[in-house]
This record gives sequence, structure tokens and C-alpha cells, in this order.
Amino acid sequence: MVENRPFLTFLTHMVLIVGVVVVVFPVYLAFIASTHGSGDFLSGVPPLLPGPHLIDNYYKMLTTGLSSAGAPPVWMMMMNSLVMALTIAVGKIAISIISAYAIVYFKFPFRLLAFWAIFLTLMLPVEVRIIPTFKVVADLGMLNSYAGLAIPLIASATATFLFRQFFLTVPDELMEAARVDGAGPIKFFRDILLPLSRTNIAALFVILFIYGWVQYLWPLLVTTDPKYYTIVMGIKRLAAVADSDPLWNLVMAAVILAMLPPVLVVIFMQRLFVKGLVETEK
Amino acid sequence: MQTKRTIFPNKLLPYLLLTPQLAITIIFFLWPAGQALKSSFEREDPFGFKTTFVWFHNYARLFSDPEYLNSVWRTAIFAVSVTAISMSVSLLLAVAVNRLLRSGKFYTTLLVWPYAVAPVVAGILWWFMFNPTIGILPYLLDQFGINWNHRINGSQAMILVVIAAAWKQISYNFLFFVAGLQSVPQSLTEAAAIDGAGPFKRFWTIVFPLLSPTTFFLMIVNINYAMFDTFGTIDATTQGGPAGATNTLVYKVYADGFLGLNIGSSSAQSVMLMLIVIALTVIQFRWVERRVQY
Repeated sequence: MVENRPFLTFLTHMVLIVGVVVVVFPVYLAFIASTHGSGDFLSGVPPLLPGPHLIDNYYKMLTTGLSSAGAPPVWMMMMNSLVMALTIAVGKIAISIISAYAIVYFKFPFRLLAFWAIFLTLMLPVEVRIIPTFKVVADLGMLNSYAGLAIPLIASATATFLFRQFFLTVPDELMEAARVDGAGPIKFFRDILLPLSRTNIAALFVILFIYGWVQYLWPLLVTTDPKYYTIVMGIKRLAAVADSDPLWNLVMAAVILAMLPPVLVVIFMQRLFVKGLVETEK
Repeated sequence: MQTKRTIFPNKLLPYLLLTPQLAITIIFFLWPAGQALKSSFEREDPFGFKTTFVWFHNYARLFSDPEYLNSVWRTAIFAVSVTAISMSVSLLLAVAVNRLLRSGKFYTTLLVWPYAVAPVVAGILWWFMFNPTIGILPYLLDQFGINWNHRINGSQAMILVVIAAAWKQISYNFLFFVAGLQSVPQSLTEAAAIDGAGPFKRFWTIVFPLLSPTTFFLMIVNINYAMFDTFGTIDATTQGGPAGATNTLVYKVYADGFLGLNIGSSSAQSVMLMLIVIALTVIQFRWVERRVQY
């Protein structure tokens, strides 16, 4: 701070408090709704204070779900989301770190071509190639499977670039010393490069886990069997029912459960999260 | 392109290391994109037996289709509004946090978590708040004599999706603005303060211009977000309606191709979207190069 201006400091706090309220209020309202009985929404004025049905609602959603919506119990959808998010995060990191290693530590024909092919994936999000990608996955028999949910999403240009950037900053002397001591490429990668990349891997993992968890369009395309619904896509089905049936309390319980895991990751791993976010965009 | 001064001599190993990434890239990215490009020049008969090469017929039809032009216009309004609202709110919050010493971290934690909220969930949260029968906002607006029903009023539907999409993006912009503000040299603001410039003048003449690389970068990222990542927000709230008022380009591709099964038109739309992403990516990377010199 350059100088002391009490009024401006007061204004600063006011701005931030209003900002926090705007950011938090929709979630607060959803949480409050999830603690009420379904009858409390008939009066036309939504409740603003917690009700007594917190445990009932969450227990019901987690164990049985809303059968009228054709969606499985929430815990099952959350497990599917977890499997999908973890596979995507681990898969992206694994294949990107080895491709970055190949690009930085080896010289071979078509190296540049490989680099540009990976770069192109940045320009082809699922949204612009919906039908043909769906066809490929269908032809490979991967609809309604965990492989179909995760594998088509694990190519990653950003992760490859991040590792490439990081490998370029690793001192050349480390590799020369390793070679003098007789270490081959696999040993050097496993014993030296991998331990050095630990923080980068952790930061990237946080970002990619969130990326995997919030996927919506892809699971919507490749799953028709409720056994493979993820929570983020399942919620839409629940909400569609709520519009005709006043089951807002149950739908909002599912909404809170759907956002809880990634939000907790952001809050408790804030440093890694910020690092990952800022570095993947470079 | 850069490698290490010394490299490993293996011939086969690098290809093996690249295989998984390249296999997925080719099978699930390049091949489908090629297919989209190919079928955008073809017309399939109604039974799917025969395809004929029709040159730019699909594109010509697309650009004479008032629904598509409407969708282009709606997408532009949507993307510009989301970007403007989300960025100005985040800049205000970032400047505020940057003024504080200790409590800044506390506010930051409370502001960053919506990054992890899925766009579809953000849509449902605001859809609940704006629900015409039980939502709190229509109830409050009613006190001012405003009748809220986004199911029949196109502009209200647009406002709903813009707010939901902008809300989710605040945390992202906020983090980048905070990072940008921290790299503005303190000595410059101090010098200006000694010369008698007040806090507002200092912000507009020193901090804001120095922040322009961050602002520009965020503009591109936000437009990209509003165009491509808000599919869930729209699908959960308005489904492109009422009467196409919130039918963005991405939502239209999905509705025409996946639900309407109109492959030719949908492929032509996909190709148009690819051109937009390519343009945005090129601009973004150009900017990265400039920032290095900066």
C-alpha cells in the first residue's frame, strides 16, 4: 500500500464483501434448499434459513436417488465421476510427460511433425467435432464404458508443453553426469527427471482432476446406460424432473454433492491449484 | 526447435514414448476432424445409402439460413457480455485484494473456488435462483413490478445464461488479474503518489496500461470459454430457447447434428467453429511471443 487512506480501505472491504456475497449466495441458497422438506417450496417464497431435513435428503440421494428421473443413486454417479476424473488426470500426465521427454531429450526424424500434431489438439475441442468423434468411439465399441469416458480426452497439448518447458530448464549437466555414470534414458527419466517434476505433476494433477470432474458434453454423448452416468451429467436429468415435480430439496442435495469434491480440492490445495492454473496457460 | 545440448542416442525409444499421445491424437482428434471436414462437402441421402460430393453447398445453405445467422449474432452478444461482465467484476475484486496486506488471502480463498464448479452446475444454481415459480430473484423483481419469466422472454433467458456463465468465470479472471497486479512495480505507483497522483489516477494511468497483456490474454480466453465451454450452462437452463434466443453456435451444432441428425449442415457448422478456435489460438500464441519480449 502506498499511502494510508482509511475511507478507501473501508471501500475496499465493502467491494470484497459484496463480491464474496455474490459469489457465495447461489451456493448458499442451494444448500439451504437441500435441508428442507419438499413441501417447503410450495409457498412461492424460497426458504433462506436451514431446515431440519439435511440428513434425510442427503441420505436419500446418496443411497437410492430419484428413481422417477431414471438416474442411479448419487454415490454411484460420484464413483463414476471419480474414476473418470482420476483416469483423465493420471492418463494425461503419464502420456504427456513421456512425450515431452521424447521431444526434449531425443533427436529423431519427424520430431517437429509430432510436436505440431500434439499442438493441433488445442484447436480441436470436443465441441467442434461432436458427431465424427462419437462415431469413432461407437465403432471401437467404447460406448458405455469407462474407457470410452476417459481415453478420448487424455491427449493433452497443454500438459505436454508444460513438461517440455520444465525439462528445458533442467540443467544439461544433470543428464551429462548421469550418462557419464552409465545411466540409460529410462533410468535417467525414472531416477532424476521424475523426482524433479514432482511439484509440476502435483499442480497439474489438481487442474486436470477438476477438468475431468466437470466434463459434461462428453459423458452425455457416450453414455446411455445409467450405470455409467457421471454426477455432473446426471444432475441435468434430475433438474429436468424438478421442473415438473417440486423435489427441489433432493435436486439441490445432488447439486451440492456434485460440486463438493472439486471445490474441496481447490480450497485445500490452493497453492498447487494456483500454480497449476497459471503455469498451464503459459 | 530446442533440445538439450547432449541427447540420448536411442533411435526407437522416442517413437515408443510418443506412441500413446500420438495414437490418441490421431484416432480421437485428427481423424474425426478430417471426417467433419470431408462430410461438410457431402450430402447424404435420407437413408444413408449414398453420399454425393456437393462442393460448398452446405456452407452456402448455412449462410443463407436465418437461424444460423441468428445463432452467430446470439453467440456474439453472449460472448461479449460474459467477457465484459466477468472481467470487469474480477478486475475490481483483484484491485481490492491487491490493496490489502493480510486479509487479502482470506478473501482470495472465498473467491477462487467457483473455478471448480462445472458449467452445468453453475447453470442449475442460477436457474434455481431465477425460477419463475419459486426462485428468489423473480420474487424480488416482482416487488419492482418486473415480471420475470425466462421461459417465454428471450432477453431474460439471455440475461440468465450470461449471469450464470460470467459468475463461474470470475474466479479464473480474478486469479490472473491478481498475478498481473503483483507484477506491476511498486516503485512506479510510489513515484506517482509522490508527484501527487491520487489512487484513481494512478490506477488508470499506470496500473491499467501495465496490466494490458493480462487483460488481452484474458479477453481471448474468456471469448473461448463463452463460445465453447458453456454448452452445459445452456443445456441445463434454456436449451437454446425460447425461440432460439440463447442458441449459441456450439449448442446448435449439438442440436442439429446429435439430436436432429443433419450431418451435412452440422459438419459445415463444426468446420466454421474450428476456424474460430484456430483464429483464437493463433492470436493467443502470438500474444505469448510478444509478452516474452515485453
